[in-house]
Amino acid sequence: MDTILFIICAIVAILSGLNMILQKHPISSALSLVGVMGALAVLYLLLGAEFLAMAQMFVYAGAVMVLFIFVIMLLNMGRERASRKSWFAQIVGLPLVLAFLGILLFITKAALPPFRAVQFGTWVGGGAYNIGRLLFTTYLLPFEVISVVVLIAIVGAVILARKEID
Amino acid sequence: MIPPMPVPLSWYLFLSAVLFALGVAGFIYRKNVITMFLSIELMLNAVNLTFIAFSYQLQHIDGQIYSFFVMVIAAAEAAVGLAIILAVFRNRGTLQVDEVDTMKL
Repeated sequence: MDTILFIICAIVAILSGLNMILQKHPISSALSLVGVMGALAVLYLLLGAEFLAMAQMFVYAGAVMVLFIFVIMLLNMGRERASRKSWFAQIVGLPLVLAFLGILLFITKAALPPFRAVQFGTWVGGGAYNIGRLLFTTYLLPFEVISVVVLIAIVGAVILARKEID
Repeated sequence: MIPPMPVPLSWYLFLSAVLFALGVAGFIYRKNVITMFLSIELMLNAVNLTFIAFSYQLQHIDGQIYSFFVMVIAAAEAAVGLAIILAVFRNRGTLQVDEVDTMKL
């Protein structure tokens, strides 16, 4: 059952990712990314990270993607125009990406110690209770710092995006 | 009743590597700022999956906390980045990265 669910989600994630980088229209790319995020949320759930699965759906697939789609519609973007591309990215790009992927897979396969097998329900440490307790004890300082970072980001976004008033 | 079949953890890492490579490819090949930005989000998601997979491997919750922080930073980055894209579009009228080349030699 775990294997079937994993394979379905992995196929959905990879196909959505491929679709994202192949589509010419930004809206299609954004919606494909929502598909990737939904599949990843199911995988987080399989790995016992319940809280992060919910956060993935709310924060990423909800808030961040709505922001993206608002901006795409605000700018009224059409299809991406084929433009002059650098020969370097054209010729060297794909082999480099494939080599990078090969190295990553090789390291995962060969250089790391043997892994635990993942079975749903054997470890549920990622509930809201545990996350919250760790966040407000051990990681209290990073938590407070990151709230300041988010505040600065909001102020910066407002200042960058406002209209200039003469 | 289907017998439970555990999934090797390395499969999750393979999936994460593939998604990260897809993000890199999109970042290199696409010329639209928004799509490049979406590729960055895809790479961040792939890294999150690795964090959570290793959190399961070590049966330790700290990896999920890091993943949570990555999510928050990604949200902040999306807000600021999209504001910058708006400003660029207002000044240049284009979103193709190779048409914004004032500083290019």
